[in-house]
This record gives sequence, structure tokens and C-alpha cells, in this order.
Amino acid sequence: MKVQLVDVAHARSGDKGDTANVGLIALRPEWYDVLQQQVTVERVAEHFRGMIEGDVERYELPNLNALNFLLHGALDGGGTLSLKTDAQGKVYSTALLRMTIDVPDSDASRLGLPSVASRKSASAR
Amino acid sequence: MNRVVRVAGGQGFWGDDLDAPRRQVEGGQIDYLMLDYLAEVTMSILQKQKERDPSLGYARDFVGAMESVLPAVVDKGVRVIANAGGVNPPAAAAAVKAVAKKNNAAGVRIGVVTGDDLLGRLDALLDEGHALANMDTGEPLSSIRSEVLSANAYIGSEPIVEALAKGANVVITGRSTDTALTMAPLRHEFGWSATSWDQLAAGIVAGHIIECGAQCSGGNCLYDWRSIPDLANVGYPIVEATADGSFAVTKHPNTGGRVSVPTVTEQLVYEMGDPHSYITPDVIADFTSIRLAADGEDRVRVTGIKGRAPTDKLKVSIAYRSGFKAVGTLVYAWPDALEKAKLADEILRERLDRLGLKFDRVLTEFVGANSTHGRLAGDQSEAPEVQLRFGVRGQNRAAVERFTREIAPLVLNGPPSVTGFAGGRPKVEEIVAYWPALIDKSVVKTSVEVIE
Repeated sequence: MKVQLVDVAHARSGDKGDTANVGLIALRPEWYDVLQQQVTVERVAEHFRGMIEGDVERYELPNLNALNFLLHGALDGGGTLSLKTDAQGKVYSTALLRMTIDVPDSDASRLGLPSVASRKSASAR
Repeated sequence: MNRVVRVAGGQGFWGDDLDAPRRQVEGGQIDYLMLDYLAEVTMSILQKQKERDPSLGYARDFVGAMESVLPAVVDKGVRVIANAGGVNPPAAAAAVKAVAKKNNAAGVRIGVVTGDDLLGRLDALLDEGHALANMDTGEPLSSIRSEVLSANAYIGSEPIVEALAKGANVVITGRSTDTALTMAPLRHEFGWSATSWDQLAAGIVAGHIIECGAQCSGGNCLYDWRSIPDLANVGYPIVEATADGSFAVTKHPNTGGRVSVPTVTEQLVYEMGDPHSYITPDVIADFTSIRLAADGEDRVRVTGIKGRAPTDKLKVSIAYRSGFKAVGTLVYAWPDALEKAKLADEILRERLDRLGLKFDRVLTEFVGANSTHGRLAGDQSEAPEVQLRFGVRGQNRAAVERFTREIAPLVLNGPPSVTGFAGGRPKVEEIVAYWPALIDKSVVKTSVEVIE
């Protein structure tokens, strides 16, 4: 089943120089494992391909049901050098929430994960 | 033994809600008011102000904040800790002294922390072999030495604890770490030793949670954001700590916003690097050890925090001049708003080329279509409006200046349905960039003076 991160996680981001960090937090504790398994360094690097110049690092914080991503070379030089609207990476978090992951149907129904399709029909009502 | 010490956060950066400090001291019982004014770029702005007037160079908002909380300091015994001193803590202290006198406030004892400012020692330090290499690029400081505007070591809790021990009820520092401003009063109150790693780390985590003001109490919170009540009257955060290092985060009653596990978690991950090693001058805190639990309405318990010995280095924040930039904008309306903005971008680039202007960087964004989510935003060809946002950066001021004159002509000689140019020409801005470095702890000597 296709699940969009915005339906299963919340997030906040910030900066350190030219690196943006995105903290991705499961909306329910029991959904953390899905994030831990699915939102890998490789998937995130692919998601942001062409938007960031450097590598992606990931750290796990199971105590907070959260993953922390460092997106290097994400801010056009960062700080005062950057010409970007989002020079301090404040809303990179929301760009990550656009990502769609593929969860086995049995896990998705056991965990009560909302599908992309269910959200689209809800917002259409 | 279970004595509780309350530290309230009243300012998250220079520019935050001017009235928040007063609300924090009047809204209920607190012991300390913590005010964080400094961001990475702030020091260089303050240095420029000090160059123009030697009696400046501190966060002037602090003087008004102090005036608004003087009754609490004098009558209720609330002690204030602020890094408002910027590059001139003695001048901030003099300004606070003057405002206390004007208000006939007796018994204000101001602790002034100095020693973080390395600007005057920079050449001597380089001569002694401290490379102050850029932590990100490895370049030696000598490559930009002539452009340096300010250089300050991030200092820890010790001088603040010393000032409190000497009886100061207002402590003013320069480039203290944001987190030390919260940890120091807890260390002072509970007598934590310099090697009480877990307790010191807990104080640092408490500081990290409240150092951005309301950003942990419902402000800028994505989780269930529609349900967060009364942000117009948002309550700023309060830490209620005990000697073992455990603490609760809460806010005054009858205020807006929210303190919950999600609001605190969002702040914990803000600007996070490696969560195992949150490095400060006093201790390295392990953010993977933090336990959060809901503890009633607008109250979160924080326990379990582990710390370990710090490194023998301090981080140094160096600001230096790094060229010029300008950003110009125009708004294009439907139909075909994005397509029109893209054509304007092409035209502008061709004109800049023809003028022979050279820049280190030219960046175009289409606000409303791609400026925050890039290609992830998908097809925006039907957007009702798109803002063309065109920025240039370079070493040559004249080239950047010339660029600023190329935006307005597009209104009459470019693609149609354009508006939003009433602000006039873009302003040329000198770039003050940030150079992070490390230095041996042993070369930075802080000192504390208490003035009445």
C-alpha cells in the first residue's frame, strides 16, 4: 500500500551552515518502525536528487520515535551567503513529507496506516 | 530535597516578542528568566554597530525587556540571565544600570561576563599557531583574515555560575552558548559539579528546549497545528527542574499555545546534528537518552538524560565580509503565470550577459511554484500567480548594483500580466558570512565583574 509521509509523520527542520537537518517524527509510536525501515538514506537522497549537492546522513532516535536527516549542500551556501527563499532550511521538513513509501498491505492494515488514496478521497469530500 | 527551580524562557532570538519577558515574570512564579538574543549572524551586526559607536554592540531590545521586568527582579527576587551583551557586555550592563537608576530600582547587581571576544587577539593567536581553520572546508583563517569583523568563542556555564555565586541578579554575557543560559542557574542552585555529566547534560537539554522561546510551546508546530489554541496569547516555556536533573516543561496558566510531547519533540530535533553527541563547552549530551512523557495538561516530563565529558576545544564564531548580493522580485498573473515568469528569467539573464556582468552565483526561484519544494511540487502551470525571485551574488559591488536596475524595465518591456514592483529597486546588501572554527579551551579566559 502506498503511504505518504505527511499522513504518518510530522517534522521540523533547521540549518547548520550549508546543511539542512530534517527531524522526522512518527505521528504514532507504533509507526516509527515503518519509518525506520522505509525512509532510508538511499530513498531520501533519491527524493532530493537535484535539489541538494552533498550526501545524506541519517540518525535514529527511537526514544523520540524520530529519525534525523542531515542534507548536506542543501542551502546554496547557507546562512547569509544563500540566495534561496528558504536559506535556513526551515521548510525542508515539509518537502520530505511529500515522500511516498510502499508498505506491505498486511503491515499497513495491522498498524492502521492511512493510504494515499484514503486521504485523497477524504479531502475531496 | 525535591526543591524545584523554575527557569522561564522569554526570548528566542533578537527580534522576538518584546513583551514576552514581562509576561513570563508576571504570569506566575519563576526563579530565573532566561533571554537568548544571539544567532550566528547577530554578532557581526553588533560589531558593525560598535564600530560606529563604542557604546553600542549589544542587543538593545534587552534594555526595554529589563525595564519591563525590574519590579520582578527587585520585589520578587527573579534573576535574569541573558547573552544580550553581544560584542560589548560592559556597555549592556551600563545601559541596564542606567535604566534601573531611572526607575529607582534598588539592589540590581549586574554580573558582566567577558573573555569570549577574540577579535583583538586574533593575530596573536594565529602567530601562536592556532589555525582557526574552517570546520566545514578546512581552509585556514589566514585566507580571509583581512575581512574578519568579529570572532567570539562559545563559552559555557562556568562564568555565569560564578556571577550568580557572587550575588548577581542580572547576568549579562557575550557569546555564551544558548543552552548554558539555562543550565548555569540549575548548576548554581543544585550545586552540580563540573563532572556531574548526566545532570549537566539534562540542563543543556532543558536549555535546548526553551532557547527558541515559544517554538517548543506551540509556535511553528506542525503536529495538529489547527488545534493549537490562542497563539495570539502564546505562553512561553518554563522548565521546572529538580536536583537529579529531571525536569518538566510547562507554561503559565491562562496562556495560549500548547506544551505536549509532540511540541517538545519538534523542538528537540530542531537544528540537530548527530544526536549522540550534542557538544557544548561543559558536557556532551546524548539526545538518544531523552525520555519524554505527558504529565498533565501543557506539561511534559523529561528524564533519563545521559552526558559525558566534553572535548578540550571551544567552537569559535567568526564573521567576515564576503561580497555583495541583491534579490529582485516581480509577480506574474494567470493565465500562464509560470511560463511568463520563466520567459522573464531568460530575458533578464540575456540582458545581464550582454552587460558583461559577472557574478559568483545567480539563482532564480519561482515562488508559488518551486521555491520551497523544488521539482517535488509538481506541475504548477495553472498557478494563479507566480513570483519571479531573482538573486545575484558577487565580489564586485558595482555589478550587483547594476543588476538592481534591470528588474523594473521588465514591467514595460517584458512578458505581460506583471505586477508587484512597488517596492522599488532591490537593495544591495553586503554579505557577512560565518566561519566556524575550533580553538583550545585553555586560551580562552573568561572573567566576571559584578557592578551595582
